[in-house]
Amino acid sequence: MNVLKHILLGSVVICGFASATLAQDKMTVGFSQVGSESGWRAAETAVTRQEAEKRGVDLKFADAQQKQENQIKAIRGFIAQGVDAILLAPVVATGWNDVLAEAKDAEIPVVLLDRGIDAPEDLYLAAVASDQVKEGAVAGKWLVDNVGSKACNVVELEGTVGSSPAINRKKGFDDTVGATSNIKVIASQTGDFTRSKGKEVMESFIKAHNGGKDICALYAHNDDMAVGAIQAIKDAGLKPGTDILVVSIDGVPDIFQAIANGEANATVELTPNMAGPAFDALEAYKKDKTVAQKSIVTESKLFTASDDPKGQYEARKGLGY
Amino acid sequence: MKWIKPQYIAFLIVLLLNFALFRGFFTISIQDGRLFGSLIDVFNRGAPVAILAVGMTAVIATKGVDLSVGAVMAVAGAVAASLIQSGQPLGIVILAALGIGLLCGLWNGFLVAVLDLQPIIATLILMVAGRGIAQLMTEGRIVTFNDPGLIYIGSGALLTIPMPVVIAGVLMVVATLIMRRTALGLFIESIGVNRSASTYAGLRSKTLLIGVYAFCGLCASIAGLIAAADIRGADANNAGLWLELDAILAVVIGGTSLLGGRFSIPLSVLGALIIQGMNTGILLSGFPSEFNLIVKAFVVIVILMVQSPIVGNILTFMRPTPAPTAVPAPGEKTS
Amino acid sequence: MQEQIMPTASPVLTADSITKSFLTTRVLDRVGLTLMPGEVHALLGENGAGKSTLIKILTGAYTHDSGTIRIDGVDVTPRDTAHAQELGIGTVYQEVNLLPNLTVAENLFIGRQPTRFGLVDRRRMERDARRILEPYGLEKLDVSADLGSYSVAVQQIVAIARAVDLSGKVLILDEPTASLDAREVDVLFTVVRRLRAKGLAIVFITHFMDQVFALADRVTVLRNGKLVGSKPIGDLTRMELVTMMLGHALEHESAMRIVKDRPRGERLATFQGYGLAGKIAPFDLNVHSGEVVGVAGLLGSGRTEMARLLFGIDSPDSGSATVDGRSVHLRQARDAIALGFGFCPEDRKTDGILGDLTVRENIMLALQARRGWAKPLSFKEQADLADKFVKALDIRTASVEQPIKLLSGGNQQKVILARWLATEPRFLILDEPTRGIDVGAHAEIIRMINRLCDEGLSLFVISSELEEIVAYSSRVLVLRDRQVVRELTQEDVSTASIMKAIAAEPGEVAA
Repeated sequence: MNVLKHILLGSVVICGFASATLAQDKMTVGFSQVGSESGWRAAETAVTRQEAEKRGVDLKFADAQQKQENQIKAIRGFIAQGVDAILLAPVVATGWNDVLAEAKDAEIPVVLLDRGIDAPEDLYLAAVASDQVKEGAVAGKWLVDNVGSKACNVVELEGTVGSSPAINRKKGFDDTVGATSNIKVIASQTGDFTRSKGKEVMESFIKAHNGGKDICALYAHNDDMAVGAIQAIKDAGLKPGTDILVVSIDGVPDIFQAIANGEANATVELTPNMAGPAFDALEAYKKDKTVAQKSIVTESKLFTASDDPKGQYEARKGLGY
Repeated sequence: MKWIKPQYIAFLIVLLLNFALFRGFFTISIQDGRLFGSLIDVFNRGAPVAILAVGMTAVIATKGVDLSVGAVMAVAGAVAASLIQSGQPLGIVILAALGIGLLCGLWNGFLVAVLDLQPIIATLILMVAGRGIAQLMTEGRIVTFNDPGLIYIGSGALLTIPMPVVIAGVLMVVATLIMRRTALGLFIESIGVNRSASTYAGLRSKTLLIGVYAFCGLCASIAGLIAAADIRGADANNAGLWLELDAILAVVIGGTSLLGGRFSIPLSVLGALIIQGMNTGILLSGFPSEFNLIVKAFVVIVILMVQSPIVGNILTFMRPTPAPTAVPAPGEKTS
Repeated sequence: MQEQIMPTASPVLTADSITKSFLTTRVLDRVGLTLMPGEVHALLGENGAGKSTLIKILTGAYTHDSGTIRIDGVDVTPRDTAHAQELGIGTVYQEVNLLPNLTVAENLFIGRQPTRFGLVDRRRMERDARRILEPYGLEKLDVSADLGSYSVAVQQIVAIARAVDLSGKVLILDEPTASLDAREVDVLFTVVRRLRAKGLAIVFITHFMDQVFALADRVTVLRNGKLVGSKPIGDLTRMELVTMMLGHALEHESAMRIVKDRPRGERLATFQGYGLAGKIAPFDLNVHSGEVVGVAGLLGSGRTEMARLLFGIDSPDSGSATVDGRSVHLRQARDAIALGFGFCPEDRKTDGILGDLTVRENIMLALQARRGWAKPLSFKEQADLADKFVKALDIRTASVEQPIKLLSGGNQQKVILARWLATEPRFLILDEPTRGIDVGAHAEIIRMINRLCDEGLSLFVISSELEEIVAYSSRVLVLRDRQVVRELTQEDVSTASIMKAIAAEPGEVAA
C-alpha cells in the first residue's frame, strides 16, 4: 500500500518533468496539504491523487506537517516551478496575504480546500469547503423525519471545545431540532472527537439517564465518537440503532460497517473529494477565464442503511481513513 | 490516626460530591456478567492513568519524570493492533506490545542514566517521536480489530470485575509488594534523595535508574493495550494524549514529591482515582463542556492546598487550643 | 600572632571584630582585616576558614552580627552588591559573573548605559568602553563583539575593568587564577600590579602558594573562623605561612603521638603506579591491616582525588591494584565495597548523607546494597543494627526513625561511619572526618579511629588537622600539586616534618 503510494508519487514527479516540456495542454497543479493528522485527511490526499490521475492532471504534493511555514515554503516552491495552479488546504486562517499575492503576481490561480482563510477574496480563485452548519442540519433533519411526533430525548457528543466544526455542527443540529417540540437535547458534553472519550462520555450519559432507557437518540459531531459510544451502549445491555438511534457526521468506513450491522442509523458525509470541484473550477477558468462561484460548497450527503453501507465501506476502506 | 491520609478524605469527598450531583452514583448492578454503575466507571476509566501512575511514581521517586508515557501508550496500541490484524496469535501480540513499551523505557533510562540528560528533556524526545512512530505504523488511521482475546483486556470481566480494574489492581499490589518486601523501594528512594551518596554507598544507581524507566515504559504499554482494547482499535493520534500530565498529577496528589524520595504506589493510584472521580462527576453533572477544565483545576488546587504543609500549619494554628490550666514549673516537661 | 603593622598611610578599609553566626554555628569570630591603598592583600585559609563569609559581608551578601566596617574612616554596612559598589568595593569571582552573550561594551555598561534621547547611545558606549579598557592593555579589543567570544582571561580582565570603574577603592579577586593557564596568569598579574600602582587596595584569594609570594604585599590568614594573623609577605617564609594556615606553631611539636608502636598486620592491598592524569600522579601504596595511613596536603593537592581513586569512584588510567594477593579492578564503588572497602567522603552533604531518609536507613544502606535488593534485611534486623551503632558510637538522635538531616554534623558523620562499620569493612577511607564537627564529637571520632585500628581495621585518613594526623597515623603521605611528594614513617611523623614537606619549593625534594 505504502510502496504503491511511493511508486505513484515517483511516477507523478517523473511525469511532471515530462509534461512541462512535452504536453502543453496537461495541467500541472501543486497541492499543499496540511499533513496527515486524521484518517479523513489521509483520505482527502488519496482522493485528490485519484482525481488528478483521472483528469490527467500532473499533481505535485507537499505535506506541511501541520506547519504554516512549510506551506508557505511549498507555495513559493510551486511558484518557482511555474505550476499552472495551486491547491491549498490551509493549516490556519491568517498570514496568507503575502504568499498569495506572490502567486497572483505570477498569475497562478489558487484554490483553497476545506478551510477558509482571512484574506481578501481577490487573492484566490475559489474556496471549496463543506458547510458545517448544514452538516448538523442534515443530521437533525434525519432525526426529525424519523421520530415523527414521538417525544425523543437526545444526547449530544460534541467535538473539541471551541473548535469550529464543534460549534457549527452543534448550531445546525440545534436549530433544526429546536424547531420541533418533541425532540429535546437533554445532555451535551465534549468527546474531543475521539473514540475513547466518546465511549467514556456515553457511559456517563447512560447512567445519568436511567440506564439509557430515557435516551432516544445520540447525535455525535463525528463518526469516531459515535463508534465509541456504540460500544458503550452495547456494554449497557442496550441495542444501538434500535433502543438508541445513532446519527453522526463524516462518513468514515467504520460507521458504514456499523450501519450495515444495524448499530448506527445515519451519517452525513464530509466528502474527502474537495479536489474534484476544485479541478472543475480550474478547468473552467483555464477555458474561459471565468469563475462561476467564489465559494464552492460540497454536498452534505446523508447515508443510511438503504444506501448500501456494505458497499460504501468497501469503497472507502482503501482510502486511508 | 496517622494512617488516615488526606488522599483518603479527598477521594471520599469527591465521591460524595458525585453522589450529591447524581443520586444513582453508588448504584451498582450486573450487566452481562460485569459490574455496572458510575462508581465502577470511576475505577474502570481511572485504570489506565492508575497504571501509568504506578510506573510514574517510581520514576518521580528517583527525582525524574517521564513525559513519554502517553506516546508509549499509542505505540503499544499501534503495535498490538497492527500485529493482531496481520493474524499473529494473541500471546505474541501482547508480548510484542509489552516488549515495545519496555524498549521505550530502556531508551529513556539510557538517556537519563548513561548520557545524563535531564529526565524532562530525555523523555520529551520520545513524547514527540513516539506518537510520530505510532502514526507511521497506523498511517494516521484508526486500526480496528475484532479479536475477542484482545478486546477482553479492555472490556472483559473477571468475576464480574472489569479487566482494566483487575489489571491495575494486580499491578498495584505486585509493584507495592516488590518495592516494600525487597529493598528495591528503599534503593529507589535513596537515588531520589541523593544519587551521589547512593553511589558512594554502593548502589548501582545507573542500572536502577534504567530499570525504573523500563518499568515505567512497561506500565505505559499495559495502559496502551487497555486503551486500544477498550475502543477495539489503535488511535495513534489520540491514545494517551496528555495522559502523562494526568499521571504526574496523580503521583503528586498521592504525595510523592517531584524532588524525589519517599513514594507510595497505592496513594498514587488513589490520586488517579481522585482525578477520574472528578472527570466522571463532571460528565454526570450535566455542566456545559466549557466548564470542564475550570472545575478540574479548582478541585486540584483545593486538594493540593489541603496537602500543603503551610496550609496544614495554618489549619492547626486556627484550631481552638484548650486554655492552659496551669503554668508549668520551670524545667518541667511540657511536651 | 595578632600584631598588626601600623602603616603610615591611613587604611582604605578597616574591618574590625567581625562576628557572624548561622543558627548556632559561629563561622566568623572577631575577625579583622585592614586594607591599605596600593597593596595586594592575600586572604588565605583552608575550606571553612571563613574567607568567603568575610567577603560576602564586605560585599553586602551577608550582614555581620557585630563588629565594624570603616571605609576612609566612616562606619558603613554594605546592604547589597550595588551598595558595596557605591561604597567603592568591587568583586570579581572565579566564574566570571558577566553575560557572555552581550558585547564587551554592554557588559561594561550594563545597568548604566549612556543614553541619548532616551535610547542607548551605542557609539558613546563603545567609545567609553575603549577608554576604560585602554589602561589594561586591551585597547585593541573589539568592544562590539560578544564577551563570550574571548578567552576566560580577557573576560576576567573585562570583569576587573568593570569592577574598578564602578567601585574604584577596593577590588576583591576571588580565586581569579583558578581557570587560567600560566601565560594568562602573567597577564592578569600585570593588570593587578598596574592597579596597585594606581593606589587601589586589592584583596587576592587563592590556593596557590607561589602566586601569593609572587604578587601579594601582605597576607591575612583565617582558620576555623578566627584570625590567625596578618603580616607583610617579606616577613614570612613558606614554612611560616603553611604553619599559619594549618594552625601550628613549630614549638608546639610536642603533639601527643599515640600510636608510635602499633604493630603492623599483614598486607591487605597494594597499589602500584596507580594514577589518573589531571587528578593525581601515579603513586605506590601498600596498605596493611591494623595501621592508619594519614594523608596531609593543602586544599587542591590531590587528597580527595587519591581517595576517590582508591574507592573506585574514578577509574585509574595507569597502574595496578592487588587485594589479598589477587589483581583487582576498581571501576565503581561497588567493586571496592565488595572487597571490604568503605569511604566516608569529605562533602558529607552531597556525597554522604541521604537527608530525607531515617538514621536507620542511612546506617543499613551500604550493607543492604552489598546484599542486593532481593535479600532485604528485615525491619527488626535493621532496627537492631541501627540501635547497636547508635549506642556504640553514641549517636545523639531522638530516635533511629528520625530523618538524618535533623542531626548535627558530628552525629551525621558518626552515622556515615556506622554505615560502613555495619558492612564490617577491612579498609576504611576517611576524608576529613572531623570537618565541621563540634569539639566533643571531634575527640570521639579520633578515639574511634584509634580503636578501629586496634581492632585490626586498616584506615586511610585525610585531614587538614596536622595534630590529628600525627596523633593517630602509623605513617603519613604528604601531597603537593597532585603528587605524593613524601612518605613519613614511624618517628619521622611530626607536624614539623609534614609542614616542611608541604612548604618545600616546587621541584625541591623535601628532605
